[in-house]
Amino acid sequence: MADVLIEQLIRAAALAVIRDADELTALDAAIGDGDHGINMKRGAEAVLAELPKLDGKPPADVLRASGMQLVMKVGGASGPLYGTLAMELGKALPVEPTRAEFAVALAKAIDAVKARGKSDWGQKTMLDVLFPLHRAVAAGEAPPAIKAKALAAAEATVPMRATRGRASFLGERSIGHMDPGARSSALMIAAICDALGG
Amino acid sequence: MPNVGIVIVSHSPKVAEGAADMVRQMVGDTVPLAYAGGNPEGGLGTSVDAILSAIDRAWSDAGVAVMVDLGGAETNSEMAIELLSESRRDHVVVCNAPLVEGSVIAATEASGGSSLAKVKATAEELSP
Repeated sequence: MADVLIEQLIRAAALAVIRDADELTALDAAIGDGDHGINMKRGAEAVLAELPKLDGKPPADVLRASGMQLVMKVGGASGPLYGTLAMELGKALPVEPTRAEFAVALAKAIDAVKARGKSDWGQKTMLDVLFPLHRAVAAGEAPPAIKAKALAAAEATVPMRATRGRASFLGERSIGHMDPGARSSALMIAAICDALGG
Repeated sequence: MPNVGIVIVSHSPKVAEGAADMVRQMVGDTVPLAYAGGNPEGGLGTSVDAILSAIDRAWSDAGVAVMVDLGGAETNSEMAIELLSESRRDHVVVCNAPLVEGSVIAATEASGGSSLAKVKATAEELSP
């Protein structure tokens, strides 16, 4: 991956979050504390402001610095969760990763998110999108197929009952709403896949 | 050995400040105490930066117990602890206890010179 590419992908993901911040906040208002879109937008804007300073840096550094902006600026649990994903991905990626090496690094980063959130698959969280993402990447699927799977995985959180995060306080009432973290993950993955082309 | 420090982390700046007032009323200045409330813009939420600063202000060589309210406060506090220098990281713990009651009990325990492990255990006795 060329240095310029990683910056384009991060920019695409950040712009998607900013574009759909209102939708994310509305989803979070239904089953959480209603700040996911606002928080993610604050983080995405901080990342966009940081990107020019990272010009010419290796992808690992760009990912680490972007992740740190999310950690510091988001103001909710999603900051450390997405920040950990980016920073650990930066840490785990070799310089010129093959698809297989990228899949291995992605798995490590997703494991770190699991540990950070003390969460796992099936609890109506962003992990319910990140797990299928990893499977699709590891299977060598093309960006359009990965995008479709990510968006479908977020939709698949609608009938789930939340057992982690603020939505778990609602118990049965969390059923019937899409998880905002799953949706923000899917939106960013979709934007990255669009930028990669297909 | 100095007394264990207490850090109070709430989504609400008012709750964090109010809980700190209640701790002060109980233990005066015998325990290093700091609080962090609100997101980086001052709205409801928590800030890793503010938590790091509070840990610094409440620093004690005996360690620091961090009291948190809801999920994001815990996640952001754990993230902040990981960002501490290696020499400090192992001397800061997040307590799984109700914020207000836990803070007062933890500080009272700390004011008697108890270890960080004892302060944490006493606060966590309040958890169901």
